[in-house]
Amino acid sequence: MSEHRHRTRLLPLTAAMLMLGVIGRAILALPTTGDGLAVPMRAGAEASGIPNVITAVLLDFRGYDTLLEIAVLMLATVAVLSLREDPAALSRRIAGGAGPVLGTLTRALAPIMLLVAGHLVLVGSSGPGGAFQGGAVLGAAGILLMLSGYARPAWASRRAVRWVLAVGLIVFIGVALYPLLSGGTLLQYPPENRKDLILLVEALLTLSIGASLVSLFLASASSTEGGGRR
Amino acid sequence: MTSYLIYVAGGALLYALGTYGLLARRHLIHKVISANLMGSGVFLILIGLGNRAEGGPDPVPQAMVLTGIVVTVALTALGLAIIKRYYSATGLTNLDDEPPAGERP
Amino acid sequence: MHVFDILLVGMLIWIAVGSLNQNRLFKSVVMLIIFGLFMAIAWIRLGSPDVALAEAAIGAGVTGALMLDAVGHLRERATPYPLGPEAAEDADE
Repeated sequence: MSEHRHRTRLLPLTAAMLMLGVIGRAILALPTTGDGLAVPMRAGAEASGIPNVITAVLLDFRGYDTLLEIAVLMLATVAVLSLREDPAALSRRIAGGAGPVLGTLTRALAPIMLLVAGHLVLVGSSGPGGAFQGGAVLGAAGILLMLSGYARPAWASRRAVRWVLAVGLIVFIGVALYPLLSGGTLLQYPPENRKDLILLVEALLTLSIGASLVSLFLASASSTEGGGRR
Repeated sequence: MTSYLIYVAGGALLYALGTYGLLARRHLIHKVISANLMGSGVFLILIGLGNRAEGGPDPVPQAMVLTGIVVTVALTALGLAIIKRYYSATGLTNLDDEPPAGERP
Repeated sequence: MHVFDILLVGMLIWIAVGSLNQNRLFKSVVMLIIFGLFMAIAWIRLGSPDVALAEAAIGAGVTGALMLDAVGHLRERATPYPLGPEAAEDADE
């Protein structure tokens, strides 16, 4: 057994060392200075009226990446939802209801988390925040509600929830394709309402990301027998 | 040694550690944890290298890492869902040919 | 001097090793959650508060919830297979 163990450990160790060598070699080959894209991106962000460069990069300059990334998230959600073992288990609550501590905490926290999520989206154009952070907080709030029994797992199967899941991607694709009608290029926002369009896409993406995270959790959580084993 | 290199070196080490864990650990959840560590290593390298510039951190790698974090959680969720499904189909939690002695076949 | 950065990266690697070098799955997952929180601090140090926010909520929060649920589902059936010689003693307990 120990010899077998020894042999099976040699390959991973070699692979890890090899990886370290390759990455180290690649990093040392890079120049140690250089401004990269920081300066042009900051200038572009100022010009487009979105002071937070990250948000400008995510939704404007490299919107294509973000579009595909949302599609990946959507595909993963669809895959996880279709891997559910027992859809009927969804009708049960995950936890057997919240105790006094968890219940009170959830009642206090959930509205604050919703507020924080909304704030992150609105503030995202000028400060740290945006669709991803807001969506993450929204998703965490949803999972908390599910765990404490205030929200029902069966909601994941509702048609309305499915629409919330998809609306971010659908509207983003629509906004991306719209400029093509007037001879523009993909994701070329019209300059006069660029800020509004970006805020609209961000708000809907937040909803979709939040719903995706909750669905990812639910779909996998539902396959335990009511989750009572935890 | 400038500060960004500390994080880049840490990221490279984390990636190597994740590679080792992915290959050496047999439990599938440990493999998912290893993949998460590898991802974090890549993110550290990306943002670390973006901090080389004198004029402040480069926003492009930051945006890429932001999308990467969301893709990682999607990967984790899908991986865990497949692991659970595999477990209920076979009773196994690793990819060995034989179930370990004393476990449900 | 970059004492804080070196300490932080050292902690990250130490926690990562701890998370892999651990046969109790529950402990592994808790270490991963702690790892996510330390990553959030690293992002702040690297001047990216946007990434730190996402990491804290997703890397530590949602991933942790998913993992803990999966561990509960598998009822901690970790295969004893330690990472280093010192872990072999833990595995025999």
